[in-house]
Amino acid sequence: MKHVPDAGADRTFTEDGTTDRESADSLLSELDEYAVEQALRIAESGVDAEISYLTVGPEDARDALRKALAMGGDSAIHVSDEDIEGSDAFGTSLVLSRAIERHGFDLVLCGMASTDGTMGVVPALLAERLGVPAVTHVEELTVEGGTVSGRREGDSATVRIDAALPAVVSVTDRSGDARYPSFKGIMAAKKKPVETLDLADLGIAPAQVGRGGARSAVDTATRRPARTKGEIVADDGTGGTALAAFLTARKFV
Amino acid sequence: MAEILVLVDHTDGAVRKTTLELLTLARRLGEPSAVFLGPGADTATEALGRYGARKIYVVDAPEVQEFLVTPAVDALTAIAAGAAPAAILLPSDPDAKETAARLALRLGSGLVTDAVDVTAGPDGPVTEQSAFAATYQVTAHVTEGVPVITVKPNAVAPEAAPVTPVVEKPDVVFGPASAAVRVLSRTPRERGDRPELTEADIVVSGGRGVNGAENFAVIERVADALGAAVGASRAAVDAGWYPHSHQVGQTGTQVSPQLYLAAGISGAIQHRAGMQTSKTIVAVNKDADAPLFELADYGVVGDLFQVLPQLVEEIERRRS
Repeated sequence: MKHVPDAGADRTFTEDGTTDRESADSLLSELDEYAVEQALRIAESGVDAEISYLTVGPEDARDALRKALAMGGDSAIHVSDEDIEGSDAFGTSLVLSRAIERHGFDLVLCGMASTDGTMGVVPALLAERLGVPAVTHVEELTVEGGTVSGRREGDSATVRIDAALPAVVSVTDRSGDARYPSFKGIMAAKKKPVETLDLADLGIAPAQVGRGGARSAVDTATRRPARTKGEIVADDGTGGTALAAFLTARKFV
Repeated sequence: MAEILVLVDHTDGAVRKTTLELLTLARRLGEPSAVFLGPGADTATEALGRYGARKIYVVDAPEVQEFLVTPAVDALTAIAAGAAPAAILLPSDPDAKETAARLALRLGSGLVTDAVDVTAGPDGPVTEQSAFAATYQVTAHVTEGVPVITVKPNAVAPEAAPVTPVVEKPDVVFGPASAAVRVLSRTPRERGDRPELTEADIVVSGGRGVNGAENFAVIERVADALGAAVGASRAAVDAGWYPHSHQVGQTGTQVSPQLYLAAGISGAIQHRAGMQTSKTIVAVNKDADAPLFELADYGVVGDLFQVLPQLVEEIERRRS
């Protein structure tokens, strides 16, 4: 899961083209809450499951883990190392995959994308690095008898897929509404173990990650000029006719 | 000139417009070669050649149909090894983005996703992207390996540059991981007469204010009068009024048409992220404080059930 700047707030870039984490309050990426929810539902379905949450990020990324633990689950791993700052999807997926391998896993659940970077490629990169199948963008998920299956809605078709465990799965925001942490859950979360790891624990050299290990570079990040508010008219009974005139003037009619 | 590989998006050989856009962009960077996976290459040859594909690599192995993503990665990896391309362009849909990511990892390459423009630069292709709900414009370039770039629809208008393509059928050895994710069934979406959401020049969307599945006919009539695709906000989709495949927004389809007409949509941040790069934005909403009016080039504060039928009537009157 990822701790990200609030998508509802004004987000900015730093001078070197990475996300400015100071400018807006951060929280657990909304899209990752759906993955937490699915993990909890799988555990509740009677599968013998232990749920661990994993995040990579600075000190305050623990807040995202606490939020997830308050929803349910058993433990968490926080990978924190200042050399990780500025990592691209390759660096991030390297760190995540090493931590996952170290912990052991049957199923890695992810959100479909983070709400800040929005690339949506980390689940596929994790599967590639871990050498396991990737069942991605599913909005319906079943885990049964060592097989994970799901339904995904593509642009041109609805596709049903399955794969053998262990696997990486990413779920969309349509997989099922995420629950709110209860007061009891919030109190219980404070006692759940959170392990902290750094790059050395994972056998990763600083040069493999961070800005130096990134395989692409941002050249410019420019704030778009705010769209200038156009003409707003109140409908006096001729609003549709006036709109047709506007569209005709812009050559859409 | 170096080859630029373009992954063809098609259904049984019917090439999607996004592919023609990729070929057009590829010509700025080098000589385009199309990579065609699956059946129907014969049908596609003419269209690919018309938009400048000098070479077409065809891989029509059953693996490509039966399994997800990884067979395409195997094919592209093998073709890239032989062609030594200067860049690899793919569409920005979820499957192609995953293909691009795995391919880049295997090639030791950098990756840029969701480019809205690609131009030739001194250090290889320069990409342009939108960030943070389209409030930022970012330019970037890949610093390692063969640049792998996914490009969003409508980045460029397709320009024809006819050539006669050479067809090659490279041998691809599919690794064991290729058979990992089985496709159990594929149900094609029913296609109406309206243009596809991602490709349409005009999109007419309805939201909470439409207030019911049957009322979406009002939106569809405007769409048909303008030759537009129909979109819907997440609220309308969650309420079951319109299919999810039409959802416009950060987690739905991101559109960038010439005209975006939103009716009964207040404009939550997630919706704005999916349409904010539209060239002209029109909003119709009863609530004068709807955030979408802040972005609109033209807005009507009023009841969409009054405004839209009158709009259709006036369009028809002007046309007759």
